[in-house]
Formats: sequence, C-alpha cells, structure tokens
Amino acid sequence: MISQDRFHAGLLNPEVAIPEGLSDGQNRPAGRRYGVYRNNVTVSLRDALAEGFPSIVSLIGRENFDHVARAYLRQSPPTSPLMMHYGAELPAFIGGLEQLKHLPYLADVARIDVAMRQSYHAADSTGIDPTALQALDEETLLQTRFTFAPSMILLRSQWPAGSIWHYTLRGGDKPQGTAEDTLILRAEFDPEPVVLGAGAAEVLMALQNGTPFGTALDAAPETFDLGTLLSTLLTHHAIIDLT
Amino acid sequence: MPDATQSFPHLPSAPGVGYKAQHFIDILNDPGPVGWLEIHAENYMGDGGRPLAQLRVLADRFPISVHGVGLSIGGETRLDPDHLARLKHLVGWLNPASFSEHLAWSTHDSHFLNDLLPLPYTDATLTRVADHIDEVQEVLGRKMLLENPSSYLAFDESTYSETDFLRELVRRTGCGLLLDVNNVFVSATNLDYSPHGYIDAYPLEAVGEIHLGGHDEDQDDHGAPLLIDSHGREVVDPVWALLDDTLAKSGPKPVLVEWDTDVPDWPVLAQEARRADTALTRVLA
Repeated sequence: MISQDRFHAGLLNPEVAIPEGLSDGQNRPAGRRYGVYRNNVTVSLRDALAEGFPSIVSLIGRENFDHVARAYLRQSPPTSPLMMHYGAELPAFIGGLEQLKHLPYLADVARIDVAMRQSYHAADSTGIDPTALQALDEETLLQTRFTFAPSMILLRSQWPAGSIWHYTLRGGDKPQGTAEDTLILRAEFDPEPVVLGAGAAEVLMALQNGTPFGTALDAAPETFDLGTLLSTLLTHHAIIDLT
Repeated sequence: MPDATQSFPHLPSAPGVGYKAQHFIDILNDPGPVGWLEIHAENYMGDGGRPLAQLRVLADRFPISVHGVGLSIGGETRLDPDHLARLKHLVGWLNPASFSEHLAWSTHDSHFLNDLLPLPYTDATLTRVADHIDEVQEVLGRKMLLENPSSYLAFDESTYSETDFLRELVRRTGCGLLLDVNNVFVSATNLDYSPHGYIDAYPLEAVGEIHLGGHDEDQDDHGAPLLIDSHGREVVDPVWALLDDTLAKSGPKPVLVEWDTDVPDWPVLAQEARRADTALTRVLA
C-alpha cells in the first residue's frame, strides 16, 4: 500500500525515489508519470508566487525569480488552500539569501507586493464624509480617535522601497537612496502604494494605536505636512470612523 | 457585506463557463449562450474587495456553481475544519445552484500542494472518502457533486474500477457526480482503455454537471501518449465526440467549459460555449 506520506515525499524533493506500486496501467513502472504530479505541484506554486510578486519578477527577471521561488516552495509549501495568502514569508526568505545580498532593498519591495494582495482581499469599508472632519471644532478634533480601513497597510523601510516599486512596475523617477515609508490605500477595489512624507508614519502609527489626534501629532517632526496626509487619507476613503 | 443569496435552485441544462475576473464586463454585456457560471471556491474566501463584489453582481444574473479545489476529500487525515467552515460561510452567503469537489487529495501534513493528487481505489479509500463526503454534505446542508480525476498513473493495489468506485460512493453517500469528459479522455488515453467504454460503465443517472476542458500532449518513458490536464486551450474533437456520446445517453445536462491557464479573450471562450450549446441542442432535437 502506498501511503500519502510516501506519495508526498517525492513531490517537492526530486532526490526521493518514485514510490513502487505505481504503474502505467500496463504493469510497467510509472516512471515519469509520477513526474507529472511533481511538475504540476512545483509549477503551480512557482507560478502563483510569480503572480503574487510582480515587482520582484520585474527587478530580478523571471528566470532568477523562478530559482528563488523553487527554493522557497520546497522549504515553505503553502499551509492553507487559500493561495491568495501564499508567499507571506517570501520577503524574509529573500532577505536571507546570500545571492541577493547586493540588492538589500529587495525584501522590503517584496513586502509591498504582499501588502498589495492583503489589501486587495481585505474587508470592504466606507470612508467618512470629509466634511465630518471639517465640522469638528479644534478642541474636539484634537481629542478625536481615528479608525482606518482594513485595506490600509503601513510599511516602513530604510530603503526607498515604495519608489523602487513604482519605478520598476509603473516607470517614473529613479529612486533616491533614502529611507521611505509606504502606505497601501484602497479607495475602491484597487490598492495603491503611496510614498509618505516625513513624520507621517509616526503619526499614523500613533493613530492606529488609538491615540487621540492631538497627542498623535506630538510625535511629528517640524517638517511633517498634515494637510497632505489628511487629504491622501480622505481621497482614498481610508478613515472610516471618528470617535 | 450584504447577502448574495441566489434564487436559482438548479444549474440549467445549458452551457456554462469557468468565471475569470477579466471577463466580467464582457459577460454582463453579452454572455452569448452562457447560462451559468462556475467559480473556484478558494478564490472567494477573502474578506472583501473586487472578487466578492463581482460575484454579488453575477449572482443576481446567473446561476452559480461553487467548485472547490482545496478540500482534499481523499486525504488520509480528517477534513480541515477551518476550511469546511469557510466553505459553509461562502455557500451560506451565496446559496449557489451547485457545490462540487474532486475525488483527489491535495493536503498532507498541513501542507497544501495546489494539485489534485491520485487515490488507489480500495475498500479503505472508499470508506474514508464516503465518510468525508458525508461530513461535507452534513456541514453544508446540501448534496454535493464529486468529480472524476485526470489520471497519469495507476495504483497496483486498486481493486475497483473508477466507475465502480464512483457508483459505490453515490450509493453510500447519496452524493451526485460531476462528469469531466476531458478527464475521462485523458485518463483513458494515459492508462490505455476505451473512453466510450468508461461512459458506458459510468452511473450517468447521478450526473449533475459535465466538465469540458483542454489538455496538453506529452509522452511517457516508453513513447506512449501522456496527456496532461491543463485547461489552457480549446477542447479537442475526440472530447467533443465523447460529450455527444455522453449526452445521447444521459440527456441534456449543465455543460461547463473550463479554461484556467493562458485564459483567452471572451470571444474565444464564448465560441467554446457555443459549441457546447450546439451539442446540447442536438440532444434536445
């Protein structure tokens, strides 16, 4: 009897011998017929990763990406049938690869791809009417707490990860070598990575923790541009409640 | 998220297609002969966003078949309770016209392999799969359809033919069957038996849906033809002929065209659906 344990053992490891007791239906050993399953598993997982990491495919090329993906999928096959979540640990895996050490920003750019997918499948929500914010007097506003859309995701990086993501997938200005924070926002159904100005991430993190608006602003440096951040959040329907 | 509860109790005996997001506008504008749609359950298990929004719109217009690809009904261990709960949630939200899964396994040691892996047809497998089908039907509160696999190899230990195995599952569980005639053609070619003989032996009275799809051609170590179920091209003529043979015996059924990789523009897929429509019209005439 061939247990699924034995059938499974060789699927992700070509070094493991093909199980006995499998044939071509004519009493000849299955041979490369077993390889069809081996190939199906590897190719389907590899292609799912390539689809999920368009910026990394673009930055290192499909052939290099396939090598990385093959190593990753053998070590970390999916742990759930929800392929939409597969690859969440690929950024950390990329960050640990000796061959990619010369591209130190790659893991953070990959984190944007992961966050874009998370945002795409996140729960729907309705943004507040911008006039609701304008209607508050200053004292009330400073004590107000913000609730954000489940599709909003903040990513911090010591590299210009957001600019590299835009540059490789959308074209545009060549990124400068500065640290960058990126905010994934989904106005309706299409997530968008927005590169934040100085201090915005600190303010957002404080607000996400439930800190009142006035106190959250204390974390901001002189150069922080409140108007730009608020207008970005409001146009992307990212603020869903004020309390 | 508002309920998308469907008012279509059954799939019609008409052509359907596997739904792809890129065809959303085309399908709403001009579905051609397409009378129903099939979705892969696992692609609609996110919390929100475009997939569920599109599905809600489509569910108002078309009967929907929910087709699972990740339950691992043939698995040696118990069904994943989290995944069953997700299926129950989706089926409860949508109340689709049909739910189906595969005679296969895809999860082992909590690793999901994203492929439909083969089973030996033995008494032990029969008992296990029947128990799993019972559990699914009980949790979902509805009858499910079970699909025959594409086979690339055979197990020496098998003691049942695939058709006898399926017939016995239907008898024990009351489930229905999803007959994939491309899978029949692929398996029959690969294991060297007659696809028409398979249809003759198949319990057609239990069929609730028929699948069609394209396959790739390869060779085994001995130069024998080895067909790979790829869903990446047109349905070939011998599979259309097998559909005609099947429909002549079964009468009209819901017939689905699957195209999952290298997905073409809508007119190409609609043309395949038109061909299925012609086959169905011939049976009605």
